[in-house]
Amino acid sequence: MKITKKEVEHVALLARLKLTEEEKEVLSKQLSDILTHVEKLNEVDTKAIEPTSHVIKMQNVMRDDIVTVSLPIEKVLANAPDRTDEFFRVPKIIE
Amino acid sequence: MQYETVIGLEIHAQLLTKSKIFCGCSTKFGEKPNSQVCPVCLGMPGVLPVLNKKAIDFAIKTALATNCTVNEHSVFARKNYFYPDLPKNYQISQYELPLSVKGYIEVVLDGNIKKIGITRIHMEEDAGKNIHEGINDASHVDLNRTGVPLMEIVSEPDMRTPEEAVAYLKKLRDILRYLDVCDGNMEEGSFRCDANVSIRPLGQKEFGTKAELKNMNSFKFVQKALEYEIDRQREALEDGKKIIQETRLWDSNKGVTISMRSKEEAHDYRYFPEPDLVPLIVDKKWLEDIHSELPELPDAKRERFVKDYSLPEYDAEFLTSSIAMADYFEGCVKLHNQPKIVSNWIMGDLARLLNEDNLDIKDSPITPKKLTDMLKLMDKGIISGKIAKVVFEEMFKTGNDPDAIVQEKGLVQVTDESEIEKVIDEVIKANPGQLADYKAGKDKLFGFFVGQVMKESKGKANPAKVNELLKKKLSK
Repeated sequence: MKITKKEVEHVALLARLKLTEEEKEVLSKQLSDILTHVEKLNEVDTKAIEPTSHVIKMQNVMRDDIVTVSLPIEKVLANAPDRTDEFFRVPKIIE
Repeated sequence: MQYETVIGLEIHAQLLTKSKIFCGCSTKFGEKPNSQVCPVCLGMPGVLPVLNKKAIDFAIKTALATNCTVNEHSVFARKNYFYPDLPKNYQISQYELPLSVKGYIEVVLDGNIKKIGITRIHMEEDAGKNIHEGINDASHVDLNRTGVPLMEIVSEPDMRTPEEAVAYLKKLRDILRYLDVCDGNMEEGSFRCDANVSIRPLGQKEFGTKAELKNMNSFKFVQKALEYEIDRQREALEDGKKIIQETRLWDSNKGVTISMRSKEEAHDYRYFPEPDLVPLIVDKKWLEDIHSELPELPDAKRERFVKDYSLPEYDAEFLTSSIAMADYFEGCVKLHNQPKIVSNWIMGDLARLLNEDNLDIKDSPITPKKLTDMLKLMDKGIISGKIAKVVFEEMFKTGNDPDAIVQEKGLVQVTDESEIEKVIDEVIKANPGQLADYKAGKDKLFGFFVGQVMKESKGKANPAKVNELLKKKLSK
């Protein structure tokens, strides 16, 4: 399966990745190779098999509705690039 | 050309759990910014979400109350996008295998019942809150809301008018409140509505191009935004323009919808199954347990009120709009078996006074006991209907018993004949002109005399006695 440079650019944008022209070329080739390899699975007959969303045989892992202690504000904001009082401060989102 | 409107609604309802959907942080509204967050809802690397069972209980309850099928097997999915209010850069939601599908609710419009289909109800987590106002060069982010459990309820495109859309919304909110799973507060955002709207030439089968409306935080705004948008689309089509599929924001100050021109690429959420959460299996036992907890729902209650209390549909619909209202009514009827009279007082004076003071019926200063004690005073002829209105207002203001108010204010009805006769004599004496006219055949003036006597007695004279005695006196 061929992945074009345009598709690489689209996925890179969605993932907020900045790629050089050179990287785009390399990645479009590598992604094409990977997908071609995975395409081999299409040869297997899976008509009678349910899609696997999870590989571990587990279900209904749940907790009761009980409030636990949250983090102190200094820890919450410890990794924030910028803050105003108790808020995270980010570049202006809307005009 | 005649056009037909097609409306579908997407509701986001915050569930009334104490803790968030995937961690133990509190869901309390209005706390200090970022005071209810932890590594899980902050999206720190390496943390794992654990599902809150209560949130699923609530969603199952809703699904059963809206005639939906609960899927035995459902799966959580990641919806990927970047936004400052979403610390993980994905929202945990459900996609291909939602919790429940294919239901409906009934709405009553102009006495007709209409079924509105529900496509699906799925679970997801809420995002945080971005604050822009009053900040020049930045936005602020509060993540307390991140991870609050949400139910997304998607309707079929079954509504044809703004009125139907609002009726559906109100009914859905009533149901959620009956179930006690969501407080239904549109202004505070615990019950949010997006609308998909399109129009098509009457008779055409294919849907027209739709616009998605957002930011309507009251029933009134939903109605107005839909009306505006329908007009906008019709005018565009009549001018030979094309409708563009887009998201539009309702601006309540200007009363218009505005296109959210966004430079972003078309949405591409790249959903995939959430590997950190195992599949959810809802077995028969779980369903039966929840089913046994269901209260009597609005429709069933309405039908019962019509049947058991011989009430008109309108009264029954009004009295069953909330459990508290219905309980109040039934509390009254238990003490005084006059359903229609009780209903009139609740829908009339009580509703008006509660509305004026912005009070819920749960907080009514007039209890069912006090209301029915007052009705009994009327039945016994101790107070007249007119005086009852005065007593009622006084009870509402002071919370006092009706007997005490009647005694204290001297409102006891006068039935003593000699006392009433005295007033009648005075009235006749003071109005010789009217008396002459009456005697000359102007029968209508009888009402004038009744009115004067009632006025003179400050409404306390027994109206039946007044009529009887007046007739005698005037015919002399």
